[in-house]
Amino acid sequence: MALEVASLTAGYGPVTVLHGVDFRAEPGQVTCIMGRNGVGKSTLLNCLMGLVPATSGTVMLDGTPLHSLPPHEVPRRGMAYVPQGRRLFGPLTVAENLAVGDLVKGHAAARLDRILTLFPRLRERLTQTASTLSGGEQQMLAIARALCLEPKVLLLDEPTEGLQPSMIALIQAAVLTLRAEGTTIVLVEQRVDAVLKMADRVAFMVAGRIETTLPVAGLAPDAPAFRTYVGV
Amino acid sequence: MAFGPFLLLALMEGMVTAAVLALAACGLSLVFGVMRVVNVAHGEFYMLGAVIAWAVAAFMPGPPALAFAAALVIAPLLVAALAAAADALILKRLNYDPEATIVATIGLLYMIQQATLSIYGPNATPVTAPFEWRIQLPWFGYSGYKLFVILAAVLVLLGLWAIMTRTRAGLIMRATQVDRTTAQSFGINVDRVYMGTFAFGAGLAALAGVLIVPIQQAHYLMGGDPLLLSFIVVIIGGLGSLRGTVIAALFIGLSDGVISMMFSPTLAKIIATLLVAMVLVFRPQGLFGAKA
Repeated sequence: MALEVASLTAGYGPVTVLHGVDFRAEPGQVTCIMGRNGVGKSTLLNCLMGLVPATSGTVMLDGTPLHSLPPHEVPRRGMAYVPQGRRLFGPLTVAENLAVGDLVKGHAAARLDRILTLFPRLRERLTQTASTLSGGEQQMLAIARALCLEPKVLLLDEPTEGLQPSMIALIQAAVLTLRAEGTTIVLVEQRVDAVLKMADRVAFMVAGRIETTLPVAGLAPDAPAFRTYVGV
Repeated sequence: MAFGPFLLLALMEGMVTAAVLALAACGLSLVFGVMRVVNVAHGEFYMLGAVIAWAVAAFMPGPPALAFAAALVIAPLLVAALAAAADALILKRLNYDPEATIVATIGLLYMIQQATLSIYGPNATPVTAPFEWRIQLPWFGYSGYKLFVILAAVLVLLGLWAIMTRTRAGLIMRATQVDRTTAQSFGINVDRVYMGTFAFGAGLAALAGVLIVPIQQAHYLMGGDPLLLSFIVVIIGGLGSLRGTVIAALFIGLSDGVISMMFSPTLAKIIATLLVAMVLVFRPQGLFGAKA
């Protein structure tokens, strides 16, 4: 499922953050969005989910317009979102968080089993309150909860942020598994090594616009694009 | 009457107050917890429950028990429908802004109160209890209806607990309470949840009004005391915590019953208000509320 964004403009009140974003997430690929802090990466993902209303432009998922839908309709069209900071339902248990993920598609034991196979550690924590999980486990739960929607397109906002190396490896392995299964993924990530491992293409964002999109295959860790657009 | 039986009587009266208070306060707590709306009109939903119960009893033929049973269903449903309309016409248009909705619900309070005065009149009117049997203890006789009120409130509170913890609707309400924005990312229509919650909370208050009206009489100004006590209970229990609300209702209800009978009702209100002030100073999140 291809996600196409054209001339997307959005912001908060009088402040415009996205100034005509154009990009395309290819089916079954990981498209990474990189850029310095404050260029509008998270706002873009929020806008794709309808959480920040678009003031102009279009968001199309395989020809279906998403930009005019209310936020609660967007996940019903095949989009799922793992926001920055995870935003789990902290007082709810792991099982209840997953049940919230099941609200759109209904509970399916086979799907849940497949997701828990991807994150076996969660299987041992089903009755535990989400806020008591470690950072890595919380990130696993955030991704697992999103996968309950059986998304065509998965949006991940800095999934490795603040995690220890072993957890980062687990999250990266999960993303690669999802890519291999054909899920289209849009990833916001600041770590160059993680991007090179997970992504197929990198869209560099500057001041609310996508400046350029490059295939990862041609990029080295010290490529000028990373220095120019990300500052690393 | 000796002190022991007198204390028992006071505790039983306190249990009746606690039962009705717990129902009304849970409605208020639910609305605040899920919607972050301080509903100043909550006491008027309680009053409407009582007045509608009177209307059903007055105009429905047949035995009082039948009319009362009908009122137990009709009053909460009508009040819930009115609350849903108020949500759609007022609160949603204010985007559930915490400050604006306080002012709006103050306006709603006066609209409901004055409309009731115009239609129902200024007089307090009794409603016949659905049954008249009394339980005879060695020291005094006690109203069987009051025991029914306690039992009914306990059953409704158990039902509320089951809804919140065991059903899809409860899961949706709890998820929305924790994070409205993220809830939308999982297909939850937050506007619909808010409307349902406001209606449900109002329905609980109306149910409390129906239960109390054979004991207290229906009157257009009767919403003031339950509103004050509900706020006291919700603040002590912890804003948005149903468990805290029920425990605080039990505490305030029992202390109100005992102090009212042994000293005076005014002293009971003074002590409850003082307790709220102390909670706000020393534990602002309430006994069971989460820290901000």
